[in-house]
Amino acid sequence: MRQVYLDHAATTPIDPRVREAMLPFLDEKFGNPSSFHSIGKEVKDALDDARARMAHLLHVRPDELLFTSGGTESDNLAILGIARANAKEGKHLITTAYEHHAVLEAMMHLEKKEGFEVTYLTPDHDGRITVEQVMGAIRPDTILISVMYANNEIGTILPIAQIGNAVHKRRSESKRAFPLLHTDACQATGYLDLDIEKLHVDLLTINGSKMYGPKGVGALYARRGIKLQPLQFGGAQERAIRPGTENVAGIMGMARALELAQAERVSESQRLAPLRDQLIAGIRERIPKVRLNGHATERLPNNVNMSIMDIEGEALLLYLDASGVYASTGSACTSASLDPSHVILALGMPYEVAHGSIRFTLGRSTAAADIAYVLDVLPPLVEKLRAISPVRVDEKYFT
Amino acid sequence: MSYSQQPEKGTKGDVTTKDGAQSWFYTDVVKDHFFNPRNFMHEDADPNAYNAIGKVGSPACGDELRVWMKVDPASERIQEFRWKTFGCGSAIASTSIASVMVTENGGMTLDEARKLRPQDIMDRLGGLPARKFHCSVLCDKALRDAINDFYRRTEQFDKIVVESARVIDPVSKVTDHDIEEAVLEGAVTLEAVQQKTKVGIGNPGVLPAVEELIRFYREKYFGA
Repeated sequence: MRQVYLDHAATTPIDPRVREAMLPFLDEKFGNPSSFHSIGKEVKDALDDARARMAHLLHVRPDELLFTSGGTESDNLAILGIARANAKEGKHLITTAYEHHAVLEAMMHLEKKEGFEVTYLTPDHDGRITVEQVMGAIRPDTILISVMYANNEIGTILPIAQIGNAVHKRRSESKRAFPLLHTDACQATGYLDLDIEKLHVDLLTINGSKMYGPKGVGALYARRGIKLQPLQFGGAQERAIRPGTENVAGIMGMARALELAQAERVSESQRLAPLRDQLIAGIRERIPKVRLNGHATERLPNNVNMSIMDIEGEALLLYLDASGVYASTGSACTSASLDPSHVILALGMPYEVAHGSIRFTLGRSTAAADIAYVLDVLPPLVEKLRAISPVRVDEKYFT
Repeated sequence: MSYSQQPEKGTKGDVTTKDGAQSWFYTDVVKDHFFNPRNFMHEDADPNAYNAIGKVGSPACGDELRVWMKVDPASERIQEFRWKTFGCGSAIASTSIASVMVTENGGMTLDEARKLRPQDIMDRLGGLPARKFHCSVLCDKALRDAINDFYRRTEQFDKIVVESARVIDPVSKVTDHDIEEAVLEGAVTLEAVQQKTKVGIGNPGVLPAVEELIRFYREKYFGA
């Protein structure tokens, strides 16, 4: 049976070139970068080199990059770290209602337990958040804005560079160092420009495992001079903001993965966008009563998210799995909390639409034949599930 | 591939989380009924050919179930049982197998059918993921709704049974009504409900169902 992995937004396999960059650091180059001997020094040099290469790609200084255990930690460190270190400057935070849980849960924690106020911006039906919306939410006591670069479920790309510009302008007009701007770029690394000089963000989260790098490693760019309170204590690594012996092999892999992702992002975007559109158009042609979730063009080139009405996502996912197609759903039935996707609900859609959402995320291994295969197996599975469903979703939700 | 994995006796798998931190397992019987559902109501079938109809659903949970029965008026045995469901794999499988259980061997009498418990359906399936149990096994409720419908139509009103409380935790004997009461009294977290009711203390297997109920009642009464 054909195996078609279309869940690249969940995680990606390690690129062989990344693996190669990691291997020496799993055995022969085992030293602790903090050790004062040549075994450690060799690894320290490699680590410095990796940091410098990543910094170069982002157009930042090497000491502005902090290595972490992944996207969740980077998001947590950015939000909790900024809020706690700068609380005397104000206790208002801004984010969007459809951020990743690593951002949302950190915000909610600050709101519930530490006396902060949070404004959650609601996207429009297509998932867009405007610069005006963000700027309109700023108050004199706002210290941090966290807005994702591209949404992980629906692929909508947010105007981070414009938001960054506007926030900069506002700061210089008001002669205030705040609000700072953080963006979670985990889904963007393979497809969008990460040049910090253009984005004008103060903090940016990236993650190894979404860009053909290893799991359990990420980075946080934090502009020089901003105050961050650490989440953990114990050593001087990462400027004592993120102490602990470095995940050296992971970092070497992440650095290589970022180089490859950024080098190939334009060509890969050009290759994937037509495949994405083929899949969307094909589903529309073959299956009645569907909705494209997220904006049609302001969208990551690898993301397809459709609600297939009257059926439930987990059932469809299992049928697809049995046909060798691996995807993801916003249905409550696959989440531990049994809550349907907060992203689809944030678009103003009812439960039934969220329950029926299915996400296909394309990647380097995806070929035209894979799309054809999905379009082949999907319609009869939908038909089968619709035949046993009593639900008929209102047609106003079809697009 | 996870389909080849079998749960050990007495251990129920769990549904997968978005990050895959937890795994789920469905038994072969569940898979069989999920991939080849029995007795579902065909699009072109005539609903008037059935003399009892039942419906149950929880929009918050995302499952909805409708059933159609043909009951022999003389013997009160279920001759035919048809269904439609909007739900996940375990919702489809549990309804499918229940439709077999009530109609096999000449069909259950309505008295027997009323005694069908979710546990019986689950046992016949060889187990279900613990978290899925509460929201996906709805068929017994739809069945009882249909039984009442039959008695209503045949004007045997004395045989209509109004649902009583359902025991959620057999150890502490806490029912769904107890949990509803606790939520209404302001206990909106699992910890708070446990303090009031002692539910799941010494029987943690029921906690997912309890959490689900708390969420359901919270949504029902407080909208969040």
